[in-house]
Amino acid sequence: MKLTVAGNLKEFADGLTVAKLIELEQVETPEYITVSVNDEFIASDSFESHVLADGDAVEFLYFMGGGR
Amino acid sequence: MAFSNEQLERYSRHIILKEVGAKGQKKLQAAKVLIIGAGGLGAPAALYLAAAGVGTIGIADADAVDLSNLQRQVIHATPDIGKAKVCSAKQSMQAINPEVQVNTYQCFVTAANVMELVADYDFVLDGTDNFPAKFLINDACVLSAKPFSHAGIIRFQGQLMTYVPGQGPCYRCAFQNPPPADAVPTCRQAGVIGAMGGVIGSLQAMEAVKYIIGQGDLLCGSLLTFDALKMEFRKIKLPRRDTCAVCGSQPTILAAFDYKQAACDLKPAT
Repeated sequence: MKLTVAGNLKEFADGLTVAKLIELEQVETPEYITVSVNDEFIASDSFESHVLADGDAVEFLYFMGGGR
Repeated sequence: MAFSNEQLERYSRHIILKEVGAKGQKKLQAAKVLIIGAGGLGAPAALYLAAAGVGTIGIADADAVDLSNLQRQVIHATPDIGKAKVCSAKQSMQAINPEVQVNTYQCFVTAANVMELVADYDFVLDGTDNFPAKFLINDACVLSAKPFSHAGIIRFQGQLMTYVPGQGPCYRCAFQNPPPADAVPTCRQAGVIGAMGGVIGSLQAMEAVKYIIGQGDLLCGSLLTFDALKMEFRKIKLPRRDTCAVCGSQPTILAAFDYKQAACDLKPAT
C-alpha cells in the first residue's frame, strides 16, 4: 500500500500499524511525538492498534523547545 | 491624527502596500504586542516590530546578556554583556525607532504574573526556550482569549503556529503536555544555528503584523515547519482536539499554572 509520510509518498506492506511505521521511519524521540493521520490526531495509546490504510497521509509532530 | 512628514517617510514602504496603507500603519501604531523572551526568537521579532512602528511593545525576560547569546540574539551586542536583556533590547529597539513605547519586564513569567502581563496586549509572541513556559503562555492566552504565536527552534529546525481564540487549535491541542525534563534536547544541549532564530522569529513578527492589519492567512490551524538542511518549509494541518485540557469542550485547566519541571536554560540576571 502507499502512504504519504511527512509529505513523501512511500510503499509499505499492508497491515502496518502507526507504532510499526514509527519504528520503520526511525523517528526521533518516538515517545514524545504527536501523530496525525489524514489530519486527525491519533492518541498515543492507539499507536499499537491503529492500522494504516492505503492512501493515508501521516504526519509526525515534534517537540521543539528552544527559542532564546 | 495625521502622519508627520518623517513618519510618512519612515513607513513609506509599508504605506505603499495596498494591504497596509495609511490605515494599516495606524493600526500598527495603535497595537500592543508582548514578546516573552528576548533571545533567539524574540530578538529579530522585537527589532522588526519596532521598525514596523508597532506602537507599544512589551518585552519580558529575567536574564542578562551572556557571551554565548551573541551567536544568534542579534538585538544584543558585545558591550551589552552583563546587562539585563530587556534593557539591552529596549536600547536597540529605540535606536531603530524612537517612536515606539517599549515596556520592559525583567522577571520570569510565571502563573503568578502571566495573566496580568498578557491582559495589556493585543498579541503575544512566545520566544521562550523551555516547555513549562511554552505551555504556560499557551494556557494564559487561551484563558484570556488572546491571540499568540508559538515557536520553537533546535539545531537546523524550527516551527511555528498561531493561536486565534475561537478559530483554531492551541499549542496544547497539538502537544498535550510537556515532555519530562531532558527527554527532548534544548538548544544549550543540542545547539541551534543562529540564523534559525532570525528565520522563525521574523515569521512570528510577520504573523503579529498580519494579525494587526487584518490581512492574509495566519498559521491558525497549521504548523509551519522549516528544515534548513533540506531548505524545506512544510505546512502541516493541525486539527483541534476536542479533549484538549484547556481549549476542548470540557476543559480541566481553568487557571494558569506552573509545571514543577526546572527550566534548564534559565538563570537569574546578574
